[in-house]
Amino acid sequence: MTSTGRHFQAGIDELKRELATQGTTVATRLAHAVRGLASRDIHALDEVAIGDAEVNARQMAIDDKAFKLLALQQPVAIDLRVIVAAIKVNADLERIGDLAVNIAEASRRYFDYGQIVEQELLPRMADAAQAMLQWALEAFVHGNVGLAQSVLERDDALDTLRDQAFRRLADTMAKNPGVIPSVLELMLVARHLERIGDHATNIAEDVFFIVAGEDVRHHAGLATSE
Amino acid sequence: MPAAPMPVMTTTAPAPSRPLTTVVPPSRALPVDAPQVAIDVEKLSFFYGAKQALFDITAKLPAKLVTAFIGPSGCGKSTFLRTMNRMNDVVPGARVTGKLIVDGRDINGPGIDPVSLRREVGMVFQKSNPFPKSIHENIAYGVRLNRLAPDRASMNDIVEESLRNAALWDEVKDRLHDSALALSGGQQQRLCIARALAIKPKILLMDEPASALDPIATQRIEELIYELRSKFTIVIVTHNMQQAARVSDMTALFWLGKLVEFDRTEKIFTNPAEKLTEDYVTGRFG
Repeated sequence: MTSTGRHFQAGIDELKRELATQGTTVATRLAHAVRGLASRDIHALDEVAIGDAEVNARQMAIDDKAFKLLALQQPVAIDLRVIVAAIKVNADLERIGDLAVNIAEASRRYFDYGQIVEQELLPRMADAAQAMLQWALEAFVHGNVGLAQSVLERDDALDTLRDQAFRRLADTMAKNPGVIPSVLELMLVARHLERIGDHATNIAEDVFFIVAGEDVRHHAGLATSE
Repeated sequence: MPAAPMPVMTTTAPAPSRPLTTVVPPSRALPVDAPQVAIDVEKLSFFYGAKQALFDITAKLPAKLVTAFIGPSGCGKSTFLRTMNRMNDVVPGARVTGKLIVDGRDINGPGIDPVSLRREVGMVFQKSNPFPKSIHENIAYGVRLNRLAPDRASMNDIVEESLRNAALWDEVKDRLHDSALALSGGQQQRLCIARALAIKPKILLMDEPASALDPIATQRIEELIYELRSKFTIVIVTHNMQQAARVSDMTALFWLGKLVEFDRTEKIFTNPAEKLTEDYVTGRFG
């Protein structure tokens, strides 16, 4: 490879490394928020709720790097797909970071209300969302379309869990109006977890785009196991 | 720590739509230990007889970086390049005003020997022009003329070093005494670069060095420019904007003999200050 080629490749590799770091950071913050809700760890919740300036700053730096690679190196083919996908993945990761903050904030309010409600579906949703995110990140880093496919196949199941959680929580509110404020926070958490699954799905779709140049969004061309 | 260079842009072009940036703040994109100013140009104008070709150019070109001159045909970029080693002296009726300072000296001032200047400020042309001699002698000729090699061993070392610097050594090391004219176009151009490098210039001027070459040979030249950038100050004229974007650190846009904008390449190609620059790099004119 030529030195200009090596220089360009180094730029792409750095872009991927920064995204991997961002993914790890976001996944960790999500894990803290989820654990905080599950174990009533107020300190963990507050740590996440305080904000994600680090994630935001890294998002801007990644976008800037990708922008300059596009402007100065005129990439084509897979290089172009990688950089375009990186910009999209970057946005999805930043949104997941925001949703982790939102989960921590909603959980904090939930505990502040002091009314603990049965919510056994939320831990399952949290496990599913975190698994989807982890697989999506690994699929992106390694170009693993098989793993990306696994993420896509689990999105509908997560949506179904959210719907079930909503029904049960709505039922709880109907039976006991006094817990409505608490339950509404849990419904927000359920919604945020489902949105995280959607963003993980977006990342997985981008893996197909990078590796095969395929646009599998909106289930186009996607073979599912359902 | 010395401050990073602050290219000063000036123009007598039509009034810009946005205020001109007169000072470019240091950029993380430039090496931390960068640049001194290699070429300091102050209100330089150039005339071919009665016809003015350059109008009040003022710019500070940073050392050990690559500066690209871009602009439409006839805009004066090659004329400006040739003022930097007084190649325009050979043109009848050529006249320059203003200052062009290299190593603290105005090269148009009294007492400057153009021949010595051209050793310090080497040049590579669009059409490669190797001597009708062997590959070895193409390099050795200038070295010998400038008495840079006390003996044969030193000469051979310089020849090898120059050819390595020009990324040509591996291709010619077994046939140094073959005619340079037997080389391919791209190899001949790299030989010309090696020849210029052999006499240890501080500045290397390149006037469309790859425009006569095929894409593979062009890529090799661009690769070479990229590798040389930390060792030499390089100024390159190119019609190929994408090439300027790929290989240069700084870019200057010329238009009708005037310097429109001079800034970091990443700025020129992502968010130029002047509308004229944006129109040119986006292909809306030129």
